[in-house]
Amino acid sequence: MSPMSNLAHHHTAYHPRWYRRRMSVWWWLKDRAYMKFVVRELTSVFVAYFAVLFLWQIRAVTQGPDAYAQFMGRLKTPLFLTANIVAFLFVLYHTITWFNLTPTAMVVRVRGKRVPDTIVAGSNYVAWLIVSVIVAWIFTRGI
Amino acid sequence: MTTGRLTPFLWTLFSAGGTIAAFLFPVHLFLIGLAFPLGWLEAPSYEAFRLLIQHPVTRLYLFALISLPLFHWAHRFRYTLYDGLQLYHLTVFIAVLCYGAALGGSAAAAYMLWNLR
Amino acid sequence: MPPTIALDVIRYRPEQDAEPAFQTYEVPFRDDWVVLDALNYIKDRLDGSLSFRWSCRMGVCGSCGMMVNGKPKLTCAAFLSDYLPGPVRVEPLNYFPIMRDLIVDITDFMRKLTKVKPWIIRDQVWPLEEGEYRQTPEQLDTYKQFSQCINCMLCYAACPIVGLEPEFVGPAAIALAQRYNLDSRDEAAGERLKILSDHAGIWGCTFVGECTQVCPKHVDPAGAIQQFKLTAALDALKSFLVPWGTR
Repeated sequence: MSPMSNLAHHHTAYHPRWYRRRMSVWWWLKDRAYMKFVVRELTSVFVAYFAVLFLWQIRAVTQGPDAYAQFMGRLKTPLFLTANIVAFLFVLYHTITWFNLTPTAMVVRVRGKRVPDTIVAGSNYVAWLIVSVIVAWIFTRGI
Repeated sequence: MTTGRLTPFLWTLFSAGGTIAAFLFPVHLFLIGLAFPLGWLEAPSYEAFRLLIQHPVTRLYLFALISLPLFHWAHRFRYTLYDGLQLYHLTVFIAVLCYGAALGGSAAAAYMLWNLR
Repeated sequence: MPPTIALDVIRYRPEQDAEPAFQTYEVPFRDDWVVLDALNYIKDRLDGSLSFRWSCRMGVCGSCGMMVNGKPKLTCAAFLSDYLPGPVRVEPLNYFPIMRDLIVDITDFMRKLTKVKPWIIRDQVWPLEEGEYRQTPEQLDTYKQFSQCINCMLCYAACPIVGLEPEFVGPAAIALAQRYNLDSRDEAAGERLKILSDHAGIWGCTFVGECTQVCPKHVDPAGAIQQFKLTAALDALKSFLVPWGTR
């Protein structure tokens, strides 16, 4: 029996043989939109990196002026500068994607009318700028 | 999946953490990652910074700033591992690892901020 | 204007092919032709054995959805001129089992649609003489967008979670659930929340967002799912903080 007739044997009108595709492990590399999605999800790694870095800074403060000076000195090394620039760009990507998706995830209504997406996202950016300036002011000045 | 009834709560933490990270991480990272080490802005002295983070309001702020984004990471990273690499057989392990790390980081932050003097 | 354009079309004849493979057809290029016109030209003039679904040719019936150059499209709305110089790759919708050529099996999709109970459910149905259930334009507006779905399944072919998790209810069905949840005449939002508040429902979604991008009717299933998540999260928080409250 040839392979062809073998297949024909398996497929009948009442027992159709459907072709089921398997998903590759690399599915997220095969489409630009999927790739952007995975990059967006991976920004979380840099979010976690910064949370840990900040935790480390607080720990340095608890250990006294010398430990703190050492920590601040470490931030000036090329390794940390590079890491922090990369992390900054990823965190920025997180911010932009987060703000742009907000109007999709949350419907804002004023007097029964849906507020346009651009206004919802736009107000996020405005609030972000204001908050950033305040935080920068406090955290450069100290008390 | 394994987290079952906890999922809505974990998602709430994820969302809160994502919002905090989106609004506050760029400026903080800009300050300590770029502006201070490169001398664009002058970093506060040790004493000034210690006094600042010692304030109860700042402590609460810092706890939220560290803890919630860690849960944000845990949730996203868990799904990325699970769906991205199709590690269905490691579901429980991945969930415990991610949320466990976030819980550990939060506990460390709480401990340090509580004992700050 | 080129005289012809090539179409690489997936062929799968289960009685003779072990797996799907591309077959290339050369069709006349015309400015006003869509991919569906080209497929019909092939069927009428070149190869009558090519199988595909279509009906209305005007973006209403939702039956001619296929992958065109890797993206889910209604082939009746995909102009050949947007794919110059070709060849145009035409494949059956992603993640569905292929029955023959460009035809996929939609049994599973139909099952998922009914799972979310997409009809108006009321605790008490008014007797006829009480008149119709009335709705203000504002009440209509809250769900109207989600009611525009034509079940073309492009959103399923765009969603990697659909491919990864066979049980995932999927974008269109959840958007439809949300459509009834938001309908002022419906009273079964809690029931649907129970059906969809698991990993096969809303929590399987990771907000890739492609479902909304490919939707030809601007239904925004990604928005529907995220809004559903928010409702589910608030509901869970409420029943956690006020366990004696009404569910």
